[in-house]
Amino acid sequence: MLEQHLPALAILLPLIAAPIVFILGRSTVVWLLATFTGAWASIVAFQLLLTTLAEGAIHYSLGGWSAPWGIELTVDALNAFVLLAVTGVSTMVLVYSKESIAKEIDKAKHGFYYTAYLLAMAGLSGILITGDAFNLFVFLEISSLATYTLVSLASDRRCLTAAFRYLIMGTIGATFILIGVGLLYMKTGTLNMLDLAERIAAFDRSRTINTGLAFIVVGVSIKLALFPLHRWLPPAYTYAPSAVSSFLASTATKVAVYVLIRFIFTIFGPDYVFYDMGMDMVFMFLAIVAIFKCSYMAAVQNNVKTILAFSSVAQVGYMVLGISLVTTTGLMAGLIHIFNHALMKSALFMAVGAVFYRVGSVEVHAFKGMGKQMPFTMAAFTIAGLSIIGVPLTAGFVSKWYLVSAALQQNLWVIAVLILLGSLLAIVYIGRIVEAAYFHDVPEGRDASKLKEAPLLMLIPMWVMVLANLYFGIDTSLTTEAVGHASEWLFQSTELLEVAQ
Amino acid sequence: MNLWQFVEPSMLVNLAIVVPVIGALLLIAAGNYPNLRESVTLATAALLFTIVLVITDNTFNAVAMETTWVALFPGLSLTFVVEPLGVLFALVASFLWIITTLYAIGYMRGHKEDNQTRFFFCFAIAISSVMAICFSGNLLTLFVFYELLTLSTYPLVTHAGTEAAKKGGRTYLGILLSTSIAFLLLAVMGTWAVTGTLDFQPGGIVADTENKSLLAVLLVLFCYGIGKAAIMPFHRWLPAAMVAPTPVSALLHAVAVVKAGVFSILKVAIYIFGIDRLKEIPTADVMLYIGAATVLISSSIAMTKDNLKARLAYSTVSQLSYIVVGALLATPIAAAGAALHIATHAVGKITLFFCAGAIMVAKHKKNVSEMAGLGRVMPITMTAFAIGAISIIGLPPMAGTWSKWFLTIGALEADKLIIVVTLMISSLLNIAYLLPIPIKAFFAKQAPSAEPWSWAEVQEAPLPSVIALTVTSAGCLALFFFPQPLVDLINLIPGINGAINGVG
Amino acid sequence: MSVIVDYYNYWIVVFLMMAGFYVVISANNLVKKVVGLNIFQTSVFMLYISMGKVSGGTAPIIIEGVTQYSNPLPHVLILTAIVVGVATTAVGLSLVIRIKHAYGTVEENEFQNEDDAI
Repeated sequence: MLEQHLPALAILLPLIAAPIVFILGRSTVVWLLATFTGAWASIVAFQLLLTTLAEGAIHYSLGGWSAPWGIELTVDALNAFVLLAVTGVSTMVLVYSKESIAKEIDKAKHGFYYTAYLLAMAGLSGILITGDAFNLFVFLEISSLATYTLVSLASDRRCLTAAFRYLIMGTIGATFILIGVGLLYMKTGTLNMLDLAERIAAFDRSRTINTGLAFIVVGVSIKLALFPLHRWLPPAYTYAPSAVSSFLASTATKVAVYVLIRFIFTIFGPDYVFYDMGMDMVFMFLAIVAIFKCSYMAAVQNNVKTILAFSSVAQVGYMVLGISLVTTTGLMAGLIHIFNHALMKSALFMAVGAVFYRVGSVEVHAFKGMGKQMPFTMAAFTIAGLSIIGVPLTAGFVSKWYLVSAALQQNLWVIAVLILLGSLLAIVYIGRIVEAAYFHDVPEGRDASKLKEAPLLMLIPMWVMVLANLYFGIDTSLTTEAVGHASEWLFQSTELLEVAQ
Repeated sequence: MNLWQFVEPSMLVNLAIVVPVIGALLLIAAGNYPNLRESVTLATAALLFTIVLVITDNTFNAVAMETTWVALFPGLSLTFVVEPLGVLFALVASFLWIITTLYAIGYMRGHKEDNQTRFFFCFAIAISSVMAICFSGNLLTLFVFYELLTLSTYPLVTHAGTEAAKKGGRTYLGILLSTSIAFLLLAVMGTWAVTGTLDFQPGGIVADTENKSLLAVLLVLFCYGIGKAAIMPFHRWLPAAMVAPTPVSALLHAVAVVKAGVFSILKVAIYIFGIDRLKEIPTADVMLYIGAATVLISSSIAMTKDNLKARLAYSTVSQLSYIVVGALLATPIAAAGAALHIATHAVGKITLFFCAGAIMVAKHKKNVSEMAGLGRVMPITMTAFAIGAISIIGLPPMAGTWSKWFLTIGALEADKLIIVVTLMISSLLNIAYLLPIPIKAFFAKQAPSAEPWSWAEVQEAPLPSVIALTVTSAGCLALFFFPQPLVDLINLIPGINGAINGVG
Repeated sequence: MSVIVDYYNYWIVVFLMMAGFYVVISANNLVKKVVGLNIFQTSVFMLYISMGKVSGGTAPIIIEGVTQYSNPLPHVLILTAIVVGVATTAVGLSLVIRIKHAYGTVEENEFQNEDDAI
């Protein structure tokens, strides 16, 4: 019975849990409830992924109103895969939250935290599995409003301005998407993604559709922090509570990348976007600049959370670069990196949060001597950092492997070289922190004997993510199968449309 | 008596890689009991050597040994395949691990080093990576364990924890990681893109029809990507790594790590490009001459170094390029000479490092200029040093003779007279920077009032260390008189096909 | 001339959009920024509402004798969008209040001088 309602369940679980959490207020019960909801949602996501891999896409009409009148949820290998990453990582961050927010968020606001968190999760899940372009905008705003709140919960006052800047940029981005969707609707009279795809293919090179594409691409680019529209991201991730940074860095921008892929491949069709409009060159250029500029920016920062934030922008560059290569392998690389980057960044931010928990600072110099004092935390940081660099047997290596093979398949040797040089910059910014942790003495004025390892409830989720990094770096069958299906399907669907015409 | 006769041949490969890891875990468990810990290390090393011996035996009997661990990517797995070249390297590394452990026990205790458990742990992990490199069945596997080797040796390099050690460690990791990520990974992926396979196959995997300029680029990327081969200008990490405790410098930076580099280059030359095809690649000659230049330049730098370990490090850089040159000469004999040099240089250089460490432990001397007259106090050590030095120079009756001999013949066969000349000049330079050390130690002018020499004034390093360096110097002699088993092994390598005949 | 007259609704939309956008970018006062954001969003609402008009059509209520209706769907959509806009404004303004508490000012240049420059 429940089986057939799985797609709706993925959204409804956190959506229903959110008000309950709000009513219950602050207590351990709330944490348990939220974690339980997250875990359940992850199981649902996993089931959805298995079903789609076995049986193909699931179409679910919300409330029994069939498309194109009703809103349709469409689950295929692509969004089931990203959904699994999002819900899985969110759940782990929820486990981690209990101890982390006890330190970083005012006790009275804990209820708000879990409520906003669940709402953001519901919004992100909604974006992922909706099959309706306008509905996507609504979920986007649900998740965004919740994340602005989350960012502003920190005790450092600078989180407020960061959240405000994020709100302005995020709203502009979302409104751009709204304009784009409106223009598409104007021309085609439908909002269902599959219908849109069919009709857009019919209106070749219409000016309205070109404009719609432009608005949507820019709007989504703000959301995914594509260089140079990334300025909101570093302050938001820096001043948000660590658990929130961990959550946002591994989910919010990833979902935005998904939206970009969905619009380009399912709705507009890669032929139109890349060959007719030449967007691939634009994306490729911006992605390369993002990789270098932001990796460099990461290398010169002193706040570890800012370093990781800039690194996130650079890593988004890798994803967009994969998409811009316009091949199945390139798309696979982008998708795999969405998943893998969620694993590594969440682990890194969790480790940073653990250091903040004990030391109360996230400056690089606060990490000095941490290798001895918090060995498990720093080991986790180091392994996740190696994954960012792309050392073999970590998840990061798998992403890089696919990305470089995609570039080489196209004979783009220069791009391949640039990708690898970019990862050298990652050695610099990760290396600085690791070196401080293991090779510097404890700074004066810190009572070394008082420092203990982080609490178990922080270490466990952190190490789950670290082990996931290693697991998905060694056994890639799940990721490659899901991603392979997804990207083949994305390219195939456009070909099928062409044949149909 | 075959200890391992009940084990499936393919299983042996797994064991060779896993045994050091198990040993590492056990010795962590025994961390608080130094004697037990060291016994565990020694037992592991001995066990590993017996495994490699059985693998060698199987290789001679043409028993195929192959094992696959896990598919990293569709069509690409972590695969291990035993072939003669890898067996040769594994033999050298696993045998010398026993000796080095013995030596390290004396050295680390004599030097009262901290964190000895971490030291032995990382050492065992590094050896495990080396075994995996030896038996790797494709380029991906080789790359993966090449990186692991870099990472696992990094804590060993920075072991002392001093400012100098940190700086050395940074150079070490910086150069090795960046070259491998920027060049080697690109080369591996380029090969994958061009040929569609990464398996090591006799005769190479690149097709004759392949675009030559592309192959030329790939070759350069391989040569520089394998930074552990220390071809100039990416050689700086090796002298930097000398801040490590001497057993590390001895086994890892004279044998395991650096040989993993040249071994990879040989592997690529023989099993990826194929010796015959290598000649047709335009940049093979360019890299050959860069290798030759490295031989000469680093020998010259070695002469200027007063610090003994630094001098030995530059000597290693130079000797590594012998092997690179041998691989790139692209004749079967030169390749065979290069393979043999892996073994002969290993015993010679490890002896020298053992001696350097022994001097440091016993007399706290690091610089060549302070070693005059040391023969009176440390006669065994200095004799071993002389033997090692002669072997490195390549004079009979020491092991180094054979490999230099085959390298020279290979150069003649390839019609590269300039390489022959380079090898000769390099030998002279070797004499100039190595031989004066034992000569001054034994024949330095003494004060007229000095007593006649007696055993009473001998002050050697701790016994385990002395045993170790005696064994390796005996090895230098033994390999001169009985090189046949190694030669037989090398003759089995496809592409060499028995090019070197019986010697000795 | 007909370009302007025939598409006057779009011209209004474009004007409002640009005006709102300009205010968001240039205003120094955070409340004004929120107002600008509102104008910007409202322009998009207008775009949706005006595009639903079918010339000659009436309100979409079934009345005898009428066959042509305007398209009701954009109106429904924009109801949702208005709700979203109100929520955004609410969150924005509450942030402004908290910034006022924390910094004692809502002028961007004043608190930016104090600390958070990234």
